Amino acid sequence: MTVSTPGEAAGAGPPIAAGPVLRVADAHKAFGAVPALAGASLTLARGELLALLGPNGAGKTTLLRAVAGRVRLDRGTVELAGRALAAAAPRRGLGIVPQEIALYPLLNARENLEVFGRLQGVPPPALHERVAEALDWTGLADRAREPVKNFSGGMKRRLNIACGVLHQPDVVLLDEPTVGVDPQSRERIYEMLAVLRAHGASLLLTTHQLEEAEARCDRVVIIDHGKVIAAGTLGELVERTLGGGRTVVLTLDRLPREPIAGFAATDGGARLAAEVADVGAELPALIERVRAAGCRVEDVEVRRHGLHEVFLKLTGKELRE
Amino acid sequence: MIPTLLRIARISLRRDRVAQIMTFVLPVAFFSIFAMVFGRASIESMPRIALAVVDEDRSLASGQLVAALKADSSLRVRDSVRAGGGRAALDRARAAELVRAGDFPAAVVIPSGWGAAFPGFGGTAVKVDMLRDVSDPVASQVVVGQLQRAAARLLQGDAASEPMVLVATRVTDLLGDPKRSGRMISFYAAGIAVMFLLFSCASGGGALLDEQESGTLERVLSTDVGMGTLLAGKWLHLTLLGALQILVMFAWGMLVFGLDLIGHLPGFAVMTAFTAAAAAGFGLVLATACRTRQQLSGIATLVILVMSALGGSMFPRFLMSEEMQRVGLLTFNAWALDGYVKVFWREAPLAELWPQLAVLAALTAAFLAIARLLARRWERA
Repeated sequence: MTVSTPGEAAGAGPPIAAGPVLRVADAHKAFGAVPALAGASLTLARGELLALLGPNGAGKTTLLRAVAGRVRLDRGTVELAGRALAAAAPRRGLGIVPQEIALYPLLNARENLEVFGRLQGVPPPALHERVAEALDWTGLADRAREPVKNFSGGMKRRLNIACGVLHQPDVVLLDEPTVGVDPQSRERIYEMLAVLRAHGASLLLTTHQLEEAEARCDRVVIIDHGKVIAAGTLGELVERTLGGGRTVVLTLDRLPREPIAGFAATDGGARLAAEVADVGAELPALIERVRAAGCRVEDVEVRRHGLHEVFLKLTGKELRE
Repeated sequence: MIPTLLRIARISLRRDRVAQIMTFVLPVAFFSIFAMVFGRASIESMPRIALAVVDEDRSLASGQLVAALKADSSLRVRDSVRAGGGRAALDRARAAELVRAGDFPAAVVIPSGWGAAFPGFGGTAVKVDMLRDVSDPVASQVVVGQLQRAAARLLQGDAASEPMVLVATRVTDLLGDPKRSGRMISFYAAGIAVMFLLFSCASGGGALLDEQESGTLERVLSTDVGMGTLLAGKWLHLTLLGALQILVMFAWGMLVFGLDLIGHLPGFAVMTAFTAAAAAGFGLVLATACRTRQQLSGIATLVILVMSALGGSMFPRFLMSEEMQRVGLLTFNAWALDGYVKVFWREAPLAELWPQLAVLAALTAAFLAIARLLARRWERA
């Protein structure tokens, strides 16, 4: 028997202090007749790593762009460290890491860091040191003089993050920072984010990698149709959405001749899944039912509900295209 | 397999408007321009040649010759200038000035005693002076021919008769020998430089579209840098790059083809600065008006080649009909090239460049204003 449990929220960061460092309240935005945000609200606590999840087109990027000042809200407010920000107001305390590899491909790593550092207002005396730190932090010190166009996807992603935080912002927005990279690079990126948090930054990231959000983030906000539909820690979301039960998955030696009551077929019918409130009390009866149907149980897997189930339960299984 | 490959290519072409324009519209547009410039090159559509006439002889015969020249439909004759309240007859010095200034491609001076010796055959004739602008070799040739026709009309009252050499001419080149001074080289250096300047500015402006696609534009605009600053930075870069490009072209002309750059440095510097500034603005307008790099490259090729053809980058405007010359003034190239011609051919002082500089400055301001307006789409949504 194997028992899989999703990881607990990453404890890499410092303890979360009270009082949000970023607050978005009642954000509304429509592009023409198409609403992108319809009253979205969220808070980011100081030192927190918050995952913003949602299906494609749910409004995640629009929300990040509104915080970054690149989208003017029709209604609603954005507060950074307790101060309301107009769309056009400068956002020195904010670092932005876009989803695209927003780097100059013909400039080398050092030059990219230098130009973005200057554009973000890092004074020339401090720039040299910050760039050197960033090169170490990204693991690119020995490739610093190579044009970025020659870099691998993971190297570009790491540099992309570094170019957004040279001015040492309090809040960093990361739009899908790990998209399209291998597991090693992903691990490295989360190590980088842990260092940022250790230096006191609060992070808000969007991702479609639910396991990552589950394993790495303190809290999760799920947005759909421009509204926040759930927010809380993983445990809170599971409890609120699916209750405290487990999913039991039985692997059988052969396909049953007819469906067995109380089970849903998974993996093309070779495995049967059932929702149970109390594993110890209900599991023997489930196995007995399978035996009665003439099959033998080869393996039993007990799954705790995770973000995947919560996400699909809240946003449905229909494609969003 | 081949039908499948053809199908892919056919569908792609059908959905690619830029490729269609480059394939079908651009060649037709070019053909039309060349046809308009050269296709109707009958004598009626040829530009009338402006001719300054000085009658120093003031004889009956010289008066009749001037009248015959005035009656010639291929010439536009001027023999007087405004002086005080009225008009005074042109003199030799004033005519030479007008040619040197580029107002007239040629002047004819009928010297004293010409009428008394006319028609003089066998070496007894007094030669008519022809002051010609070497930048327009065609005009003086035509004038020599028309001079013979006018003289023939004087003698026989029959303009259709075969002209013979009735009026001997002595030609004076006012602007020196083009081959020796390398002035023709300067014309082509300017023409080609301006055309490629426009191409490089359009391509350089396209960096904005690359940045839009890569996300660096969004990233830069998320900092304290505003759209106005961003455009100003791009414009300054393109202006400096353009000026350097023209400098390289002229320096090459000087080193390899004997173009006199050093002797015309102040005029060259001013014209180059204004031309590069306007071309940079033009590049930004194209880039901000287009949605993709591909669209930009198609539209830029079309617009720049047409402007260069009409504006004299490919062949001199003075070879075009008057109508086409007027149309050419709508293009950026014509004003830039007129300025360079003034500097390198006519030795014009800086002050005389003001019409070209004013137009280029106005174009720069207009281009920048339009680009700023178009760039609003990249600002806050």
